[in-house]
Amino acid sequence: MSAQFLQYLLAGLTIGAIYALVALGFSIIYNASQVINFAQGEFVMIGGMATVSLAGAGLPLPVAIAAAVLLAAAVGLALEKFAVEPARGASVVTLIIITIGASILLRGLATLVWDKNIHPLKAFSGEAPIRIAGATIVPQSLWVIGITLVIVLLLTWFFGRTLLGKALLATSHNRLAAQLVGINVRHVLLASFGLSAALGAVAGILVAPITFTSWDIGVMLGLKGFAAAILGGMGSGPGAVLGGLVLGLVEAMSAGYVSSAYKDAIAFIVILAVLVFLPSGLLGKRSTDRV
Amino acid sequence: MLKRVLVMLVAIWCGAAQAQEPIKIGAFLAVTGPFSFLGDPEQKTLELYVEKLNAAGGVLGRKLQLVSYDSAGDAEKARTFAKRLIEQDKVDIIVGGTSTGETMAVVPLAEQAGMPFISLAGAVVIIEPVKKWVFKTPHTDRMACEKIFIDMKARGATRVGLISGAGGFDKSMRAECLKVAKNHGIEIVADESYGPADTDMTAQLTKIRQNAQVQAVLNAGFGQGPAIVTKNYRQIGMTVPLYQSHGVASKEFIKLAGEAAEGVRLPAAALLVSDKLADSDPQKIVVARYSREYQTRFKSDVSTFGGHAYDGLMLAVEAIKKAGSTDKAKVRDALESIKGYVGTGGIVNMSATDHMGLDLSAFRMLEIRKGDWTLAK
Repeated sequence: MSAQFLQYLLAGLTIGAIYALVALGFSIIYNASQVINFAQGEFVMIGGMATVSLAGAGLPLPVAIAAAVLLAAAVGLALEKFAVEPARGASVVTLIIITIGASILLRGLATLVWDKNIHPLKAFSGEAPIRIAGATIVPQSLWVIGITLVIVLLLTWFFGRTLLGKALLATSHNRLAAQLVGINVRHVLLASFGLSAALGAVAGILVAPITFTSWDIGVMLGLKGFAAAILGGMGSGPGAVLGGLVLGLVEAMSAGYVSSAYKDAIAFIVILAVLVFLPSGLLGKRSTDRV
Repeated sequence: MLKRVLVMLVAIWCGAAQAQEPIKIGAFLAVTGPFSFLGDPEQKTLELYVEKLNAAGGVLGRKLQLVSYDSAGDAEKARTFAKRLIEQDKVDIIVGGTSTGETMAVVPLAEQAGMPFISLAGAVVIIEPVKKWVFKTPHTDRMACEKIFIDMKARGATRVGLISGAGGFDKSMRAECLKVAKNHGIEIVADESYGPADTDMTAQLTKIRQNAQVQAVLNAGFGQGPAIVTKNYRQIGMTVPLYQSHGVASKEFIKLAGEAAEGVRLPAAALLVSDKLADSDPQKIVVARYSREYQTRFKSDVSTFGGHAYDGLMLAVEAIKKAGSTDKAKVRDALESIKGYVGTGGIVNMSATDHMGLDLSAFRMLEIRKGDWTLAK
């Protein structure tokens, strides 16, 4: 294994972990409502931008991070309460269109509340690259990979072991039946938006030192995260992570060995191929079987 | 009695002066949308200086009036607004067109209507081939390539690795660099690219590093991409000189790339280093005054883009003064004959074959040292 290959591998893992974190947010709301929330990228943006501005205002980084996650969760709850809930009788497609509208609104608000500039965020533990057999990785990538792992474990526990998590899954499978067994469907939906917004914000904060953050970063990361979620199987936590990593690795390897001009094309060909043979994504089936 | 007549005469004279039509400057700028960081300072600059010129008595004894529309970076909107400027608002000259796309959509209208049009966008296509009614103020990407290649060669690097983004600016600059490389004895030995959503360019850079021929790397890019390239460049320990384009010539780039920006070179307009220019520099007075006035008014740093708008407006005023009227054909001829105008972008010498009038001396080669610009030797 040459140093060159290892460098591509590490690059792929770094990008992949970022995609995976964004993809996870898509999965949660999808699980609760079958809605693909196209405002997910905006939660990522709110997390990053709020942290930057709060830290810039003099708050210590951990406090700024906590406040930013809470802010994003509040925005997520408000989105559900004031945009999705009033349209609860509407079809899934209508709800998806509402989230697209919300994403445009949130981006517009971000340019007013903050600005249109790109902002850096200080890396959590220094920027000195770590050398591994001739290749390098920045410490922040390890943070992204590590916290992604922790979040996946937490989510698995949440959906498998807690009442709210199970209620969420039950709602996703049969809303009426869930309601009949006493699950407050409205609260479940509200919780899923709050949770997924908080998760998006965490992703936005973790990746900001690597990718920077700006009012429109959600568009870029949202699209790749969505592709990763589809690839892994919409609604599956482990699937989102696998999808993200595969997407990142395919991109890095094709940029390194084939051509950087075609790396996005190659990545999307891989996604199409997977979807032709496994229409529900790499791990899509498993999650529906779980309940 | 005589007194009363005099008062009446004065009143009539004043009335006549007021009734005199203002000189209408039309503008369509991307004040919002993806190019807002260009269009916003442009709009502010035009407002500020129309106000200042009016306070100083206007031009040819007439007030200036700015008619400005927000084209939001959309070529279709730009066309609609330009049509409105020409047909309804009946402006005397157009200064605007934040992006090349918006500008090119309006070029046919200006040509057809015989409307002097000073564009604020970068690409060479705007003035090449020469269009009778169209002028522009910013430097071109070809000039940036040439400036960089000359500097590379002076440092003994002739085999160059190129890495560029997928945006319009990036692609256009890449094409221009490939075109002029040969003329400067430069060989492009690697040519990599990255997408607009990319967050990690170590794979592309590793590939360039593997190429033992590469003596210097040029990143033609815009936005956050070049900052990530610069960070990744240091991360994987590349040591050959790194050049960025004028597209990232703002303090923001240094802020984003942090310590990794140390030693990076890039061409930029004198405006960026107004406080570092020698007192004997012909542009010193102009750029220092513009940055002072802009900063006092808007409490934000000047950008070269606002400077382009400043140059556009001042060239328009200069031409109207020279023509002695707002007759469009006369103003156009006056524009074409402007020589030695000192602006924020450089010294402008227009001619029938050059509707931009800048040469390579308009660019300064800068090197980033300790988080600040320094003039490279």
